[in-house]
Amino acid sequence: MNRPRFLRWFSAGAVVLLLSSFVVPIAFSAPAGASLGTPPTQGDKTPTSIGKGEGKLNIIAWEGYTQPQWVKPFEKTTGCVVNVKYAGSSSEMVSLMANGGGHQWDLVSASGDADLRLIYGGDVKPINMKLVPSWSEFEPFLKSPSFNTINGYHYGVSFEFGPNVLLYSTKVFKTAPTSWSVIYDKKYKGEISIPDNPIQIADAALYLETAQPKLGITDPYELTQTQFTAAVNLLKSEHPLIKKYWDLASQEISLFQNGEAVVGAAWPYQTSTLKAAGAPVNDTIPKQGATGWADTWMLAANAPDPNCAYKWMAYMSTPKIQAEDAISYGETPANTLACPIMNTLEKGGCAAYHANAPQSYFKTIKFWKTPLTTCDNGQNDCVGFTQWQQAWTQITG
Amino acid sequence: MSVRERTRQRLGAALWRRPWLRGALILSPPLMWFLVVYLASLVALLITAFFSVNELTGNIVYQWTWANFSQIFTQSVYGVIILRTVIMAVLVTITDALIALPFAFFIAKIASRRSRQAFLALVFLPLWASYLARVYAWINILSNHGVLPNLESHLGLPITNLAYTNVAMWIVFSYLWLPFMIVPIYGAFERVPDSLLEASADLGAGTWFTFRQVLMPMILPGIVAGSIFTFSLTLGDFITPLLIGGSSSNFIGNAIYDSAINGGDLPFAAALAFVSIAIMAIYLFLARLAGAFDAI
Repeated sequence: MNRPRFLRWFSAGAVVLLLSSFVVPIAFSAPAGASLGTPPTQGDKTPTSIGKGEGKLNIIAWEGYTQPQWVKPFEKTTGCVVNVKYAGSSSEMVSLMANGGGHQWDLVSASGDADLRLIYGGDVKPINMKLVPSWSEFEPFLKSPSFNTINGYHYGVSFEFGPNVLLYSTKVFKTAPTSWSVIYDKKYKGEISIPDNPIQIADAALYLETAQPKLGITDPYELTQTQFTAAVNLLKSEHPLIKKYWDLASQEISLFQNGEAVVGAAWPYQTSTLKAAGAPVNDTIPKQGATGWADTWMLAANAPDPNCAYKWMAYMSTPKIQAEDAISYGETPANTLACPIMNTLEKGGCAAYHANAPQSYFKTIKFWKTPLTTCDNGQNDCVGFTQWQQAWTQITG
Repeated sequence: MSVRERTRQRLGAALWRRPWLRGALILSPPLMWFLVVYLASLVALLITAFFSVNELTGNIVYQWTWANFSQIFTQSVYGVIILRTVIMAVLVTITDALIALPFAFFIAKIASRRSRQAFLALVFLPLWASYLARVYAWINILSNHGVLPNLESHLGLPITNLAYTNVAMWIVFSYLWLPFMIVPIYGAFERVPDSLLEASADLGAGTWFTFRQVLMPMILPGIVAGSIFTFSLTLGDFITPLLIGGSSSNFIGNAIYDSAINGGDLPFAAALAFVSIAIMAIYLFLARLAGAFDAI
């Protein structure tokens, strides 16, 4: 047998690799990360006026947030050329902002579950709301929400929001289901589909808030170990009933189109796409309420183009652009003056996307926020995001 | 003679006198690439596996810890995921070998020279289309109102609903990697002289005996070489499970994706990648024992 020489070299290399992996880490030792305190950038100075544009703007955004319809006019009037990087998940946004050293990006359209990680990670800095005139026209609850405003400092300007709805087939459900219990019901075994996202644990917790009042859940994002375990166990018992944990919005759409799923958790965008395609579906917010997202334009701590960034935040907050995005993306604008414009863009558009809904409607939505080990009640017994992520692997594995 | 020309001449002479220097100069760019880009990133990966991340900020904590590995080996879910991945890789490899053997034999030994080229072109044809398009095509075939259930209802057969199951993954993987199994086996068959088969028949050996005692030893390296492709390609995949897998279809690749992209936990992802590398190393070692590299 002729033993090839390269194999010998290869194995020698592998041994060196292995040995070095044991030795090098010791040299790199550093103290563990700091605990929650004041955000690192709280003291950063904010500008008092917007200067001349830098000619470019680099942003990380959800796909659909930078349509040519409103980006082109912005580039024309401000001279700021917009470069955009689409992110697929909140965590991707966090790692992009953290790993880029903060010098690469100006803005990120972060959702509530990423905000606190960005703020306490020192990746974003406070902004001067006086430079965003339309802010005064915002829904009151989106002016200084706890997920982007700490100690009175605004780490960004709210953009748009929406609920995670209960999507169902009207062939199977003659009347709208009134409770989230249907997605945990054995009756629909193999026909249920929910998002493949750890934040889904909050949906289970929200259901348990009323289903098992003894647990004493008051906030689905701040769970003690007992409450967390109960939510995780509920999702584990749901696992055999699941057809698919969807990763892409299009998957949920085709599952419902083919009748492979008849009930599940989804976004309003999927409902409207399915309805437009003639599929027999509808969505509802059950009596327990719903989780939801609220996005914020956040300014990178070392933003290279702050003037263009401020121009963008001010521009994206105006009623016209808020209305255009609401119709195009299928969500609710923060700016209250957007409603009539939505109606001119699409008949009944304002009501369809709840832009004229009463305050009681907004109260039924529990907006995504980062699960932290420190709870609002001052205790340190809550379950943090890393554990959420790991539990989700346990559930779907 | 100018100074410049003389230097050039002397340099050329020096290189001519020292062949090793010539070799080193030619080899150093690819070697540097190999060392820096390939090996260094592997080392970085392996080192990262021993770090952890700050829970809140997602920054890497550069402190040496075994926590990632102990988590992989103590939490049963990772055992399930690893086992699922390996079993699927083995199943796909066996399936592809069983399909490829008669097919490759037919192309190499029975088909005419002209049709041989046509058959080989057919084998490669799917590789011209995007991987994603082929997986989505299978979703269209297997799902509820897809081609297969429609065909079954026309024929009056019981209707299967295979989309979003592990069976669907097995079918799709076997389809995707089949060319990578056929080609090396075809190569091995081609190297078998027809005279050997004739001699075996002349000496009174039956078909089965000839296959086992004459053919098999000669084509085994081809099968093992093909299996390295099918095994490693299945082992490292995460898109097919994501697209056509069901609710219990996570692979090692999906777990890596989840912790790296969704969880922002690069060290844990690196530790999982370590597991993949280890499985592949064991497989290559076994393949070497079976003589897969003898032809190299």
